[in-house]
Amino acid sequence: MELTPLLTWSALPLAVVLSSFVPGIAIMFLREEQTRLRNTLNMAGAVAKVALVGLMLQGVAAGASYEWALEVIPELSLTLRGDALALLFVTLSAVLWLVTTLYAIAYLEESENRTRFFAFFSLCVTATTGLAMAGDLFTFVFFYEALTWATYPLVVHKGTPEAIRAGRTYLFYTLGAGAILVVGAVWFQVEAGTVQFAAGGVVDGAAVAAEPVTWAFIFAFLLIGMGVKSALFPIHGWLPTAMVAPAPVSALLHAVAVVKAGAFGVTRLLHSLFGIEVAWEMGAAMVVAGLAAFTIVYASIRALAQDDLKKVLAFSTVSQLSYIALGVALLDPLAHAGGLVHLVHQGIMKITLFFCAGLVAQTLGVKKISQMGGVARRMPLTMAAFTIGALGMIGLPPVAGFLSKWYLGLGALGAGQSWVIAVLLASSLLNAAYFLPILKTAYFDEPDPSWAEGEKAPRPRWEADWRMVVPALTTAGFSLAAGLLAASSWSPLGWALFIIERGVL
Amino acid sequence: MTGAELWTTAAVFGPLLAALVALGGRPWTLKAGLALGSGTALAGSLGLWVEVTRQGPVRHLLGGWGAPLGIELWADGFSVAMLTVTAVVGAAVSLYSLSYFGDLSELDAGASPAGRAARYFAPLWLLLWAALNGIYLSADLFNLYVSLEILGLAAAALVTLAVTPKATVAGMRYLIVSLVGSMLFLLGVALLYTEFGTLSLEELAAAAPAGPMAAASLALMTVGMAAKTALFPLHAWLPPAHAGAPAPASALLSAVVVKGSFFILVRLWFAVYGGASDGGLLLMGGLGAAAILWGSVLALRQRSLKRVIAYSTVAQLGYLFIMFPLLAPEGLGAGGASGPASPEWSDDAWTGGILLALSHALAKAAMFMAAGNMTYAVARDALRDISGVAHRLPMSFLAFGLGGLSLAGLPPSAGFVGKWLLLREAISAGGWFWVAIITIGGLLTIAYVLMVLRHALDLKASSGDFRPVPKRMEWAALLLALAAATLGVRATETFQILLQGGVTPWS
Repeated sequence: MELTPLLTWSALPLAVVLSSFVPGIAIMFLREEQTRLRNTLNMAGAVAKVALVGLMLQGVAAGASYEWALEVIPELSLTLRGDALALLFVTLSAVLWLVTTLYAIAYLEESENRTRFFAFFSLCVTATTGLAMAGDLFTFVFFYEALTWATYPLVVHKGTPEAIRAGRTYLFYTLGAGAILVVGAVWFQVEAGTVQFAAGGVVDGAAVAAEPVTWAFIFAFLLIGMGVKSALFPIHGWLPTAMVAPAPVSALLHAVAVVKAGAFGVTRLLHSLFGIEVAWEMGAAMVVAGLAAFTIVYASIRALAQDDLKKVLAFSTVSQLSYIALGVALLDPLAHAGGLVHLVHQGIMKITLFFCAGLVAQTLGVKKISQMGGVARRMPLTMAAFTIGALGMIGLPPVAGFLSKWYLGLGALGAGQSWVIAVLLASSLLNAAYFLPILKTAYFDEPDPSWAEGEKAPRPRWEADWRMVVPALTTAGFSLAAGLLAASSWSPLGWALFIIERGVL
Repeated sequence: MTGAELWTTAAVFGPLLAALVALGGRPWTLKAGLALGSGTALAGSLGLWVEVTRQGPVRHLLGGWGAPLGIELWADGFSVAMLTVTAVVGAAVSLYSLSYFGDLSELDAGASPAGRAARYFAPLWLLLWAALNGIYLSADLFNLYVSLEILGLAAAALVTLAVTPKATVAGMRYLIVSLVGSMLFLLGVALLYTEFGTLSLEELAAAAPAGPMAAASLALMTVGMAAKTALFPLHAWLPPAHAGAPAPASALLSAVVVKGSFFILVRLWFAVYGGASDGGLLLMGGLGAAAILWGSVLALRQRSLKRVIAYSTVAQLGYLFIMFPLLAPEGLGAGGASGPASPEWSDDAWTGGILLALSHALAKAAMFMAAGNMTYAVARDALRDISGVAHRLPMSFLAFGLGGLSLAGLPPSAGFVGKWLLLREAISAGGWFWVAIITIGGLLTIAYVLMVLRHALDLKASSGDFRPVPKRMEWAALLLALAAATLGVRATETFQILLQGGVTPWS
């Protein structure tokens, strides 16, 4: 069937960015007790963003492209481009922002400083969609750095000394790396003469061969900048510490905004700036692949040793993120598809897990795995969602995670890097080793006294606030659907393959 | 009268006339004076912006009398950019001051310290404004000197309006530094006049001053102006003066007043002396680098809100001097092009450096006003006393934060664009030392801005006493912070006007 674009308005990408920026700014000026207006603004922005992104998706699928630019100074513009690659990330952000907003409204009910929280929450998503659609390195860095500071108030939201410390660690890593990123970006502009992103890269292989050291430094600077948010070893340390933030923040940080900005940045670095061939010739892509592979295994081992549920999930994130970097660093289109689709798959599965962790903590006060005995009997829906997410992380079909690993494996073989298979296998085993015991405890152990004692009161009709259960079930449903309906061209996998076929990577 | 003549007249004589009106000492004369001064300065700078964009640098011979007898006003892109930022900051601070100095109807009780401050702030500030605009529009050294003296006297008087013993001492010290600075400047002018027989900047530039006499003259004027600009190591007077003054005065002193002598330095070094010598440029850059590091470290060690911001000014002024060596053609040491004959100045360093100056003006004024709001609310100035103020004054908190972003060079802010340009020049020229300084300076800035924000956010220590802050004061601070952010997403017009005349308008 021939599609025709419903809307070809070139400022559509700007509208997508503004749909969270405007509510965010408006919320900043509200009083704390104006809950209803604040929630309305939040939800209206989130729904509008999904609708606008939907329009753009349809348009891009029909062959349209959207570009909007504002000249900041001559030859340096803020450029927002809605193409297939950008949309993969934008759609993820928009959809997950919507469910997370609903979740956060319920999670933070009765807590302090919600105005500040939701204002910066919106700004975070604004920066994320901005960098997702960045048409050049300048715009990317612009939103990337903005994302850094917009996230800080969320990390320190609780205001406890522990939160403040975590915030300091977060800033130390991200701003330090951000400064290096800026230098790398400017250096890139000086040497390459452009900051444009283009499919296949903008760096001339001959120029790299002529000045290998300079280009190696530029690549390293940019990789450090991107790698810190993508939590590549050895600059991943901020992420588990940032776990003190409220659950919706962890969900957003770990599934959508911050870490994906890093992973997406690594993709841009390898594909849109250097070009994957050039990156392989200069040996840089191999370094990325090696670091990613090491991170995958290392973080999984660290996850084994944690008792705090959110810490396990955090180390799991560190590990899973590197799948994306590994996939896009290999020299094979199927690996690229695997890496790209994992951007989405990891997002929907990990946000499910965080939603569930938050539900259990909020409803029963359970934060440690050792206290989770019997939780599944008390909260069956929550643990069902958790189980889907966990099985997906391990890579069991039909949950989406399986597809990511499958394509990564195929790609690795295609690229002649069969050692990657061993990494994937080891990682899957380790994932099973830390997720299955959690499931076993929750389903088969006797109810743990730490939460069961206080449970004499009559049960609410739902096992917890429905506004938190529904988002968890929704994203769990996405994780299943993305696996079951993978053959559809509108599935994440279908879209990732569309990106490869279109040659927009 | 041509358009350009009208606008230059408005920019200089509008605030001067307004100062006379404001001396009336009635609430309505203060308001009328501030309105007139703001209106004429804004109209004059925007009018000149249009004129200079259209036809390049413009000249106005007052009363038709040319040099050497008459007074000549002259504006290029640099002048216009500085005039405009002064007008924007000035208008916002004027608005702010109306509420800050309290109920103007009590002016008649002029004997009380507060009444005196309320009465004299407006006339002094308007006089200062006229002097600043005079500096930006001067075409000769004599006008520069006269404007500079008025500027120094009015600025020192503003500090003492706070009527605390500390502020009085700081104001006296400022006055002495200022007078010595002007004196050195005058000595330098005298030397130049003896040697070249003219005071016109353009004629001096054509004469391409060189030789021992010219060098001595530049050295004297530079020391004088560096003292007034508080360039390291001549900065010690600044923190007590800027921190001790009443909030609107602090905002003006830190944001726009120090830029006056900075403007003169740039004009002298590049427009008149054609870059002087490589060694000199490096020295200025080195002092700038030291200022960034030293100012930032000291800012981190302060325990009072306004002193943090004041030390931050010392540091941020350093960035403006890093521009000096980066402006040099092809980077220093690369071409060996010493002396005045090199025409290819770096556009990146020029626009980047001046963008930082403009963004500092907007951001620092916003931060001092926001800090003023916080101390106004809790009636104290120590960092620990502003605990929890963020929740009471979210707009001021936002203004402070946005201003901080600009200083730190984080987007969205003019500081981000300015640093991008400076870095681009430094990297092109292989000046990795400057790259390191710019980057480290940015990180240190984040550290001290965050130190303030963290105290403001602290919930546990929120104390009871809290004086409501007039909304107008909150808006004035926020608007300037927003201006700094806006300049960070749209600086093309500013970029282009800075190239009208550029760094060496008379070459």
